[in-house]
Amino acid sequence: MSGQHSLHAPFLGFSRWPRLAFPNIRLTPAMVSWLQVGPLALVLIALVALPAFLFLAVSFFDYDRTGIYPAFMLDNYADLLTTPATLRVYVSSLKLAGIVWAITLFLGFNIAWFLVFHVRNGMVRTVFFLACAIPFWTSGIIRTIAWIPFLGRNGAFNQALMSLGLTSQPLEFLLFSDFAVIITYVHLFTLLMVGPIANSMAKIDPALIEAAIDAGASRFKVMTNVVIPLSKTGIALGSILVFTQVMGDYFVVRQMSGGQSASIVSMLSTEIQAMQYPPASANAMVLVVFVAVMVGCMMRIVDIRKELVK
Amino acid sequence: MIVGGPQVRPIGEGRPWTFYALGGLFGAYLLFLYGPMAVIYVLSFQGENGGVTFPMVGVSTVWFQDIVKPGQMANIPVSFGRSIGLAALVACITVVFAVAAGLGFRRRFPGSGVVFYMAVASLVMPGLLVGFGIGLGFQFLGLQTSLFTSALGAQLTWTLPFGLFAMFAVVNRFNRAWEEAATDLGASAWQRLRFVTLPILLPGILGVGMGALTLSYDEYARTTLTIGPLNTLPLEIYALISSATSPTLFAIGTLTTGVSFAILATTLVLVFRMQRRRSLALPEMS
Repeated sequence: MSGQHSLHAPFLGFSRWPRLAFPNIRLTPAMVSWLQVGPLALVLIALVALPAFLFLAVSFFDYDRTGIYPAFMLDNYADLLTTPATLRVYVSSLKLAGIVWAITLFLGFNIAWFLVFHVRNGMVRTVFFLACAIPFWTSGIIRTIAWIPFLGRNGAFNQALMSLGLTSQPLEFLLFSDFAVIITYVHLFTLLMVGPIANSMAKIDPALIEAAIDAGASRFKVMTNVVIPLSKTGIALGSILVFTQVMGDYFVVRQMSGGQSASIVSMLSTEIQAMQYPPASANAMVLVVFVAVMVGCMMRIVDIRKELVK
Repeated sequence: MIVGGPQVRPIGEGRPWTFYALGGLFGAYLLFLYGPMAVIYVLSFQGENGGVTFPMVGVSTVWFQDIVKPGQMANIPVSFGRSIGLAALVACITVVFAVAAGLGFRRRFPGSGVVFYMAVASLVMPGLLVGFGIGLGFQFLGLQTSLFTSALGAQLTWTLPFGLFAMFAVVNRFNRAWEEAATDLGASAWQRLRFVTLPILLPGILGVGMGALTLSYDEYARTTLTIGPLNTLPLEIYALISSATSPTLFAIGTLTTGVSFAILATTLVLVFRMQRRRSLALPEMS
């Protein structure tokens, strides 16, 4: 560390260390970094790390209809893990997350490819990218309910199908079904895939692709042997974002499935509304650990930190 | 955002078939993206006797008037004011903290990994759980949750990691030669930051601020358990969805989308203007 700094010191601007109001206090580079990162770190410690420890503690508490009582018991976990409903909700959430992940990955990769490799004019590319990004600036709640008049029994989609003569009567499965939930997720989250993947692809040196073509690689080979390995950071980052968004959702499932399906978090919010904080905390802990393990696995495949922080 | 990218050298004269296939896919995606939203924008101008689906029964702005009429179930104008106030504060704090942290992360320092993974955790943790934890914390401390305490904090756990990651992208494109030149010319650390680093990063910083503003303005998962007695706009809309089905909801959607667009358009105009002024002043600067 110190050897590296002494070598590069004049170029990094540390030949003259920053001085505060007291001229005899000199800050080392690490201290400067901590001063700069400190406020953000403090907020995250106070509002993410500490609350997480809090619901770890509460998950062992006892409770009844009137309150919660400090205790150390594993009943909340035992109840949660032995209820068949828990497994059912996890399986259905994972299934949804898997389907949505596959669709958004397919769309995201191909759209990013089109924007980065096929659109030759920089201005056109910016406009296209903005066209993808602009709906993201509309509230998720509004974008979710936007599907209701579109997919409903008398909705725009059914009327278009019938006026085209493709169906004789309205399709019933469109709204308030898993189909509607998946459509809404794809609508909400595809940009989370396009952005990181396009960012990775844009960093690929065109010379590498030319070299592969000159060496006789087919278009498919260029994709599998050059582009995919070099954009795997974007793919991993997009996958993490989409996966965690789907796992953390409670609104879309409730709204679009018409109450037929539940998600883990919607189950949790029911418990919170009933003031059953200890079981809700246990449920939350299990979900957090589950998401952390999944994200940890994805981050093992790709060192996102190395790619992001140069 | 993408600035330039590699180009596949065209093979032969015309475009390859993949261009048309992917172009078609992109067009279909845009239709999919804008179709449903266009439907609610149109339906928000539904006639007085019309319902929440097509056909349109005349055209009116009665549903927009409905929003501001007193004695409604949801008080949209007041909650809108709260949302904007909170979003402005969140954006200011996010800009200061995230920009400072983004600059701090340019060198590795002991503990940088912990902060990085904490930011990742904050970003991937289900929003409702973050709010739940903060709400529990307030309850244990005997504090009342409210707009500018717990809700502000809950939204920062969302906007700060976002701002930090956006700053990574901004800082990666920053050429350190500018800072080196400033130091060589005798600038102090403060002068270097004030007159060199921050002005060059300004478009990116503005982007972080506007991003935080809209993220806060639309946030509901983290806010719902930390808001206290007075709702923000998304929570007010959320409450409306379960109680009312009238085109008023669509009118609110059209209006809030308009606000988001205004914020986005302002940012874009400011950034483009900044970049143009720079390219005129310093033709060789990227």
